[in-house]
Formats: sequence, C-alpha cells, structure tokens
Amino acid sequence: MKDTEGYVTADGRQIGGTLMEMRNITLRFGGVVAIQDISFDIREGEVRAIIGPNGAGKSSMLNVISGFYTPSEGEVWYKGAKRPPMKPFEVARQGVARTFQNIALFEGMTVLDNVMTGRLTHMNAGIASQALWWGKARDEEMENREKVERVIDFLEIQNIRKTPVGRLPYGLKKRVELARALAAEPSILLLDEPMAGMNVEEKEDMSRFILDVNDEFGTTICLIEHDMGVVMDLSDRVVVMDYGKKIGDGTPDEVRNNQDVIDAYLGVPH
Amino acid sequence: MLNDIFIAPFVDMFTAPDFLMQVLWEGLVSGILYALIALGFVLIFRSSRIFNFAQGIMVVFAALTLVGLFAMGIPAWISVGLTLVVMFVLAVAIERVVLRPLVGQPDIILFMATIGITLFLIGFGETIFGGENKVMITEELGIPTGDTVLEPFGGLLILQHLDITVVVVATLLVLGLLAFLNYTQMGRAIRALGDDHQAALSVGISLQTIWVLVWFIAGIIALVTGIAWGARAGVSFALEVIAYKALPVLMLGGLESITGAIVGGLMIGILEKLFEIYWGQPLLGGNTETWFAFVLALIVLLFRPQGLFGERIIERV
Repeated sequence: MKDTEGYVTADGRQIGGTLMEMRNITLRFGGVVAIQDISFDIREGEVRAIIGPNGAGKSSMLNVISGFYTPSEGEVWYKGAKRPPMKPFEVARQGVARTFQNIALFEGMTVLDNVMTGRLTHMNAGIASQALWWGKARDEEMENREKVERVIDFLEIQNIRKTPVGRLPYGLKKRVELARALAAEPSILLLDEPMAGMNVEEKEDMSRFILDVNDEFGTTICLIEHDMGVVMDLSDRVVVMDYGKKIGDGTPDEVRNNQDVIDAYLGVPH
Repeated sequence: MLNDIFIAPFVDMFTAPDFLMQVLWEGLVSGILYALIALGFVLIFRSSRIFNFAQGIMVVFAALTLVGLFAMGIPAWISVGLTLVVMFVLAVAIERVVLRPLVGQPDIILFMATIGITLFLIGFGETIFGGENKVMITEELGIPTGDTVLEPFGGLLILQHLDITVVVVATLLVLGLLAFLNYTQMGRAIRALGDDHQAALSVGISLQTIWVLVWFIAGIIALVTGIAWGARAGVSFALEVIAYKALPVLMLGGLESITGAIVGGLMIGILEKLFEIYWGQPLLGGNTETWFAFVLALIVLLFRPQGLFGERIIERV
C-alpha cells in the first residue's frame, strides 16, 4: 500500500488507507477497448463513485472489480496483495459483494431466502452436517438468520419478508438486492446504478440507505451512477470515465469544475 | 355402456371396499416411486435448467453396480456404500466432462448431452455387468419380504412388507430432501442457482460444487429407486423405462415444482391403478397403465400448459 494514512471528510468521518487499487487496467473485447489504462484506488470507509456518460465503461469496470471480467492488462490489488485471476464466486468469498444494474434476484424465492443467500460466503459447515441438520450447520443457520433479520430491519423491508421476490415492484427489488449484498457483511459493496429507473422519492430513500449503511456499518462503497446530482451528494471521491478512459478523479467539487468532465457531459464542438 | 363407465365401477368400489383399499395401496406404492424419480429430474432442472434424460439409466446403473459389487463377494451394506461412492464419482465425472465445457450453451445442447450420457451408460454398464437380468439382493439388505394380512370391512388387504419399506424409506427421503432444500444454506444455493446464475455467482455460489451435489443427490435417488423397483421386477436395462413414467408426472406437476413432483407422482400412481382395475380391464382389455398417465398429463396440459404447479410464464410487454 502506498499510503495508509487516509483523510478526514468534510462531515468529519475518518477515511482509512487503501483497500483496493486498480493499476493500469485495460479491458478489450476483440478489437473493442472497453477500458483503457485506468488506475484508481478505493479507501477504507469511503463512498467512491464511478461516473460517466453511457458506454463509458463504468459497468465493465465494476465487473472487473467483482471478477466477472478478467482484465486484459493491469492488476487488481486488494487488501495489500495482488489478486490473481479469480472466478466471481471466489471474489465474493473474499468480501466483495455487489448489486446489478438490471436486478439479479432469485425471483422464485422469498425476500428472506434471497437475503439468506447473501450469507453463503460465511458458510463453514460441511454438506453432510447440513444434510443432517446437525451441530455446526444448525448453529450457523441461527446465527445467519439473526444477522439477516438485522439487515432486513435496517432496510425497512420487514413487512415483505415472506413475499416471493417476483411479486415485488421495482424499487423494492432494488432494496432487496441491496439487503442481500449487505447480508454478506462485505469489505467492499459494489452498487451498479442503484438509482436507475427510480422516481425522485425512491432515489431519496436509496440515497439515505446508502449513506446509512456507510455510516452504521462503516462499509466501503463503490457505486456507479448516472445521475450527477445524486453522486455529488453521496460520494467522498469520484472517478469520471469517458470512452473507456479516466478523465477526472477527485472530490465532487474538484470533479465538478474539471473542464474535461464538463465537456464530456455537456459535449463540446469538435 | 354408460352404466359400465359411470355407475358399475363405483358400485364395485363400494361393495368391495377392501379390494378398493388394496388397489389404492398399490397405487400409492408406485406413486411414491414415481414421485421420487420425478424429484431427481426436478432437482437437476431447477439448478441447471437441464432436462436430465439420463435419470432412468442412472437407476439401472446404480442397481447394477450394487448387485455387481455384491456378486464380487462384498457384504451387502458395504456394497451400498461403495455404490454411493460410484454415484458420486459419476456426478463429478459428468460435471467435469460434460457440463463444464457446455456451460452457457443452449438448453437443447445440454439435453442432447444427457442423451449422450444415457447411451454411454448403457454401453458401459453392459460391458462391465453384462446384459442378462439379475436379482436384486433384497434379503441380503435386510429388507423384509413377508406380508401382513389385514381384514378391514371383513375383507382382505395384503400389505407386502417390501412395499411398506419402500413407502417408509421413500417418504423419509422425500421429506429429508424438502427440509434440506428449504432450511439449509446449501439447499438455498441450489434453488438460487436455478433462478439466476449471475446473481448466484455474486453471492459466492460455485456452479461446479452445486452441480456435483445435485447430480449426486440424483444418484442417491436413482439407487433407492433401483433397489425398490429391482426388488419387484428384477434388475435389467428394462428398468430404465420407469424413468419415462416420470415424464407425465413432470408434465402434470411442472418441471420446477418439488411439490408438483410429489403430488403428481402420487396422483398418477393411484389414478392409473384405479383406472386399470375399474375401467381398463373390464372395458378396454387391460394394460392401460402403459399409456394412461400420458393421456392424463395431456388433458391437464390442455388446460394448464405450465402443469398443475409449474411457474406461470408471464411475459411483460
């Protein structure tokens, strides 16, 4: 780690050292370059945003972090060590939880069961123990259930605990997805457009939950968002991408006044 | 004619209730076995969207392995344990060699692959164990073979001990599976994987582990079915046919539904027996059991294409 000192935010939260670092990440699909030589870090306890216009490569970046894509070049450093190429489920087990842009929930299962799957990364009991519902498996189940209920309470979805997810409206599904990710007690929480397709009220709710999660559990959050206003209010530091390149990086204020960023968002005469 | 269809059968049922009970009992016994096989299909379908054509041959293969090992002089219960090991190795092999390279391919290709597995197991099984019929080692396994005669309503009801054992064991297995799927993290992972692969990966579920697990469970089910059916009909490749009896069960119950598999299996087992005895034999010359289930399933499909318990597919426009 280059720098472990961290900084203090305007509202007085202590931000720790580097938790994850992307070093010169490049991602190609055949001839298309989705991400070009991007580096940035995520510090412990901060809300880090990645923004950019459509097709800038934000989601690709998130997929690199969560292990769904393997970068063509560059390194991912996590907790002070270089991360070897991994499958997504292995990354998840290392404490990286995520949500998806187009909601990926288990539609046929209840809200409670969905959130319980979030605890799979904490499962230690063997298959035999689980099959027989014996010893370790039973204790674990109780403990997991307790943690899950706390998350459900926290996100105010108690009243739909037993509802199959397929029947819920969009805004609530988003919240259930957040609950599932949160149940994993992740070191880093990745949110892929958590506010996409929401109305103003739902957006405000979601913003509040994201800030509360960060505050209450100290969870490091990395989110992708489209809506500039929301991002600026939520995040401590922002990475701006355009056409697969990084064009800005800094606090919301710095980024807001960056000429390249203004150009990318408003367009400039070429 | 109308009398024969609508009145006479019911009169028979009421005048000889002991015989009716006998018919129902026998229907229940086959029904619970159908349910068990159907459960094997449903489990694999739910976790991987593969319709496992090989379920039938797995029954034969498990039974042949068990009998074969015993013939080599290995004690009966150790043979059962070894057969389970073989079924586990088979599950691992299928995952490695067949499923893993085909991840993400269209469903029909995976379905074809299971036909491939079927043909391979037929050939492989015949090479190792030979094609001739064998006798299930019922007594050596300590399965009781006598019968109990009850006299309800002053009549006669014969319960084969073998059948009672089958019903008890199958019921326990079904209940155990249900509990495993619904109340353990592993079970949740299996259900989750069937719903959404990406989401499953994001919460740390390993496709490979779960696939091996469900194919192994399917293998256990195959062994139990193989023992139960083999004890009644002998162990031969013809046993494979009973897996096809699970097809109408699946049509009736829906491919995704575990409840559907159980209810559908029991329904078909009981209804086909009733139909055979009270309508089939007197009116159609018997042997209706081979096709009745399919006709019943087709009729249900006319009204509920997703089966009785299947997920209704609603397309949002």
